[in-house]
Amino acid sequence: MSLTLEQVRRVAHLARIEISDAEAESTLGHLNGIFSLIEEMQAVDTRGVEPMAHAQDLAQRLREDRVTETNRRDAYQAVAPETEAGLFLVPKVIE
Amino acid sequence: MIERSLSSLSSALAAGEISSVELTQLYLERIARLNPTINAYVTVDAEKSLAQARAADAQRAAGQGGPLTGIPLAQKDIFCTKGWLTTCGSKMLGNFVSPYDATVIERCNAAGAVILGKTNMDEFAMGSSNETSFFGTVKNPWDTACVPGGSSGGSAAAVAARLAPAATGTDTGGSIRQPAALCNLTGLKPTYGVVSRYGMIAFASSLDQGGPMARSAEDCALLLNTMAGFDERDSTSLDRPSEDYCRDLEKPLAGLKIGLPKEFFGEGCAPEVMALVEAAIAEYRKLGADTVEVSLPNMKLSVPAYYVIAPAEASSNLSRFDGVRYGYRAPEYADLNDMYSKTRAQGFGAEVKRRILIGTYVLSHGYYDAYYLQAQRIRRLIANDFVEAFKHCDVIMGPTSPTTAFRLGEKAADPVQMYLSDIYTIAVNLAGLPGMSIPCGFAGGLPAGLQIIGDYFSEARLLNVAHRYQQATDWHLRQPAALD
Repeated sequence: MSLTLEQVRRVAHLARIEISDAEAESTLGHLNGIFSLIEEMQAVDTRGVEPMAHAQDLAQRLREDRVTETNRRDAYQAVAPETEAGLFLVPKVIE
Repeated sequence: MIERSLSSLSSALAAGEISSVELTQLYLERIARLNPTINAYVTVDAEKSLAQARAADAQRAAGQGGPLTGIPLAQKDIFCTKGWLTTCGSKMLGNFVSPYDATVIERCNAAGAVILGKTNMDEFAMGSSNETSFFGTVKNPWDTACVPGGSSGGSAAAVAARLAPAATGTDTGGSIRQPAALCNLTGLKPTYGVVSRYGMIAFASSLDQGGPMARSAEDCALLLNTMAGFDERDSTSLDRPSEDYCRDLEKPLAGLKIGLPKEFFGEGCAPEVMALVEAAIAEYRKLGADTVEVSLPNMKLSVPAYYVIAPAEASSNLSRFDGVRYGYRAPEYADLNDMYSKTRAQGFGAEVKRRILIGTYVLSHGYYDAYYLQAQRIRRLIANDFVEAFKHCDVIMGPTSPTTAFRLGEKAADPVQMYLSDIYTIAVNLAGLPGMSIPCGFAGGLPAGLQIIGDYFSEARLLNVAHRYQQATDWHLRQPAALD
């Protein structure tokens, strides 16, 4: 298979990465090269094989439902691009 | 002093031959002199390092501390380090001073180790040459026209150039083992879940694993003793009794069964590298080991499966970089979506964007089963191949990398060629097994690595197998010609 320019633009939109026409062109070439490598997988019959999501087949560990972390909001917001009154600021979403 | 191993420096500190402050200063001076050429470190902060060194000296003077107390270490810039710039090789985190410590950093600090600086790396650990770093390429100390490997290329170059006695690295598809091979170091990727991923900036969460990079197996064992251990803050950390990874170093190798997968010894590897790997295996036979042919029939599928699974996980993990809570934000934008798109377009480099796009595509509606699930099924087949192989052997050996260090720029324009430099390492991550690379000789003046793969939780055995070889050979003691 090979991707189209339109698919590259669509995926870039889904990933929220602005992409110029020139970038979309060069990305298309690279992605098609990579997908030709990936396509080797398709010839393999994997019917009946359980997908392996993780290196260890372990159930997620559960913990006690209690507070374990202290509030460090000021420290964590000190590295934010823009904050006010303990809130992260973003461009206006609702008029 | 800087020629000495970590374990020997530890003895020197214990005997009072040198203080941690003096040792740290020696390294800082050397970094100031050589880092402009090698570019192994992204951040150095002498004041902070020396403060830690003074504290370590005080601890030793009070009769306290352990083997790492006062030992200067290079920390890969993927580990969040409180009060230090933590960039992950990206413009996206170019201004990020971490408000907390990764568990690995916390454990090194608690052991009294000194942070010499943060090492350069491929952006978000995506690369095999260190050329995707926003902070410039790293030069291989063996030949500054060549790459050091990646993604832990800064850590590898730092140790190879004697800008640190040892370093931390991380390995998602070979990022500890391949640079170790290309820079004549010993590096260990532990079993998935042995070293905490808390505060280790995520690339592909089901594959990422931190580990030591040093000049010998013994030094790796010492560093792993500090890095490894259960951590309740990492939901994939394994709750098992702690181990002394030095315990089996000296065990004789008589009767060791080495599996040689025929897929590792076919075409694809440079003949000069293969000759060195075969010579190393002959040395193991002299040490009393037996070899047996095994097969990993699905190994050739590891690169395709990896380039679905790792980008899929990366596209999800890297969605957190949106210009809202930390890191870079585009200076100009029209609205919220435009801010996300411009921030990510400007903050990420080309390789990171490519992988996010691949990952987004394979996870998108209509493609999930054909790519993502198929890759996960192949991952199972690859893991099963190892289970079968380990019925016939104790460890598996082969090349770490198909070539010695390639030249800067040689593969940078062709992602597929770059991806194929990890053909021997990726399967180990997919299976979650421990793997090492140790120096096994030189071709054209450049080092090559022997890869040793073990069954789950066999780190102590791998280190033993590596150590005995290092007692019988001196490849790991070779150093690059004077850089000054």
